[in-house]
Amino acid sequence: MNAAGCWKCGGEPHDSLFCKFCNTLLPPATDYYRFLGLERRLDVDVPALQDHYYRLSRLVHPDRFQNGTPNERRFSLDATAILNDAYRTLRDPVARAEYFLREEGLEPPGQNTRRVPPELLEEVFEVNTALEELRGGGESARPGLEAALARFRALRGELDADLGALFALYDRGRERDVLMKIRGALDRRSFVSNLVEEVEEGLTAR
Amino acid sequence: MSDLLQIDFSSVQEPRIVGIDLGTTNSLVAFMDLTGPRIIPGPDGGNLVPSVVSRPASGELVVGNAARDLLTSVPERTAYSVKRLMGRGAADVQEELRLFPFRITSDSDSVIHLELGGKVFTPPELSAFMLRQLKQNAESYLGESVSRAVITVPAYFNDAQRQATRDAGRIAGLEVVRLVNEPTAAALAYGLDKRKQGVVAVYDLGGGTFDISILRLHDGIFEVLATNGDTHLGGDDIDNRLLRIALEDIQSEWGEDVSTSAEAVQLLRRAVIQAKESLSFAPATTLEFEYHGRHYRRELGRDLFDKLIADIVDRTLGPCRTCIRDAGVKVEEIDEVVLVGGSTRIPLVRNAVEALFRARPHTELNPDEVVALGAAIQAGILSGKVDNQLLLDVTPLSLGIETMGGGVTRLIQRNSTIPASATEVFTTAVEGQKNVLIHVLQGERELARDCRSLARFDLKDLEPTPAGMARIEVRFLIDANGILNVTARDMRTGREQGVEVKPSYGLTDEQVEAMIRESLEMAEADFKERQVREAQVEADRIRLAVEKAKQSEAYAALSGEEKQRIEAAAAALANTCHSGDHLAIRAAIEALDRATMSLAGKMMDTAVSAALRGTKI
Repeated sequence: MNAAGCWKCGGEPHDSLFCKFCNTLLPPATDYYRFLGLERRLDVDVPALQDHYYRLSRLVHPDRFQNGTPNERRFSLDATAILNDAYRTLRDPVARAEYFLREEGLEPPGQNTRRVPPELLEEVFEVNTALEELRGGGESARPGLEAALARFRALRGELDADLGALFALYDRGRERDVLMKIRGALDRRSFVSNLVEEVEEGLTAR
Repeated sequence: MSDLLQIDFSSVQEPRIVGIDLGTTNSLVAFMDLTGPRIIPGPDGGNLVPSVVSRPASGELVVGNAARDLLTSVPERTAYSVKRLMGRGAADVQEELRLFPFRITSDSDSVIHLELGGKVFTPPELSAFMLRQLKQNAESYLGESVSRAVITVPAYFNDAQRQATRDAGRIAGLEVVRLVNEPTAAALAYGLDKRKQGVVAVYDLGGGTFDISILRLHDGIFEVLATNGDTHLGGDDIDNRLLRIALEDIQSEWGEDVSTSAEAVQLLRRAVIQAKESLSFAPATTLEFEYHGRHYRRELGRDLFDKLIADIVDRTLGPCRTCIRDAGVKVEEIDEVVLVGGSTRIPLVRNAVEALFRARPHTELNPDEVVALGAAIQAGILSGKVDNQLLLDVTPLSLGIETMGGGVTRLIQRNSTIPASATEVFTTAVEGQKNVLIHVLQGERELARDCRSLARFDLKDLEPTPAGMARIEVRFLIDANGILNVTARDMRTGREQGVEVKPSYGLTDEQVEAMIRESLEMAEADFKERQVREAQVEADRIRLAVEKAKQSEAYAALSGEEKQRIEAAAAALANTCHSGDHLAIRAAIEALDRATMSLAGKMMDTAVSAALRGTKI
């Protein structure tokens, strides 16, 4: 980043949002970890990330550069867009893992090629029938769906825990086959997560 | 150059920024005082300027209270609720057009064209008349020129509606420094940051739009977690409902359909609004309507009123539930609920909000003023006067591009904090292809035809390459106003790639420029007219003073010649008063002033001696 040095004072290049010599806003790095000045880890302390995000927002937000030079205003807009994108991605374990996989040259799990995990096949079929029934006004399907929703939520919780353990494992050894396992876990989780949303929607729709 | 000659520009004061709430029913302007935000009253002393623009037969443009009064006498020349037409096409507003008195011309597919007394206006132009009035109110109140403003918009406004609002500002001669979402502005005004941490919901039901926003507060940071709403839901819908029912009722009672008369409809509309408003305070009211000597009278109790509008109020609850879910909070975690917008005075609305959020909502601030006050605070933040607070708002709708076969690829999800960006690489399908067309959409649906078309971006004059070899990186950036900016770069050459924008709804840049030019000419005419009117007021004042002075002892004591001189000067002023030439009027005023100089002196003496004698003159 800032390979040419500071655009204003010509100070030597370094990794920071502001020039360390003249405190001018610099063109931002586009890599989320570098931008935030974070170590490249999958396990992220989210409350600390949030504090960091708020602190940086106060520094770079376009509101602060309304009366700035055109350069500063542009960098402020760019930096804040990247900051927001970075925070939104890294605070969420799934989005974070998908980003990480992409940066490591691994395609994240496909959006449209989701197979039903075999152990869920039967239940998914039942839930779909119940949803259909509820849509047609069959209120008797409701209790069964609520129970299924609770099971799916619990399952999603388990998968989240698995994912967390894999994150820690990767951060310790940085082994590529752990990343492959993470990819598989993401796939399963996204299936269950879609299921939860579908049932939630079915239950709240009127 | 000597150091002494260097000017410190950091001390040069930036021009003031005012905050404007450009509402469906009323508009307001506010500014940041040393003590906090304050509403600027209009010349009539009222804080609210009705969002009504009229063009009576005389041809001049009338705005605000005066225009509202014309709604019943020249309805077909008067426009109201223009905000509901901003950034829309005729097909979007078919339903309500039936009750509007004004006409829409046939070329209204991508921008609505309203005809008022033979002249055609677009919604941004009509809104610009409102903004110009507010600007003028601010200028005469503050005694300085005002050229920069923060303008509020419904949080759920899409890109076209936001652009239309910004265009209105430009046409009115205002630099729109920022568009701020209304519920967020209201949260600022409520000073909710006094509570250092917490989650707050803002329920904003105005004249024409509904917004719900959920925010997290964190030491002066107002982070919007999610927003939802309906830009076509508000008090207008309640008015229209009552209006339709009353029209039917009148038809069955009188055997006459009065809905064909725009005047009758507007008179009745005024009556149902009155009835609606009084039902916010009284358990029952009487709806009264008189037309061509016939009378219509109906008792209306709150129970019946509630039943009639229940489904309209219900329509706000779906967006609320979605918003809570999107915010990722539970209802119990929401610490406070704030009510904004005039329609939240309706008891049924308050009850519905209380039931949903299980909390008694805040109503301390005037729901009509709170958004303008918040806009002024945001203006303060932008000018650096307020530095401990910061708004982090979101984009209300997902942004995507059309894929082959009419699908949509999402690039930026709804409720992403803005500024937000996404990049996508495009290539060519055939050898030597010169341009790539990107269709950008807003909305949550899976198919392009179910989403709102935002614009088509044309990557033009590509370098000829074999099919699939071009690499054009396109960056979609939603800025802090919630408006999309698109830039493109040829990845092979690193050069900036030209992008031509064809907005699906709204005005092109050229059209806005033309309107700005026209409005400048009009502003000049307006300015001249104002000078004439001010001179006339001054002339009336001095002529009245002279008439009064003629009754005094001092006048009686004047010589005949002196009296004659005064009479002549007064007559000359009376003659020039209607000349429309403000310089001539000013000259005549001065002449009369000179002619009465010695009279004024003598009167002063008599006044003093009278005061000494203790008698009243």
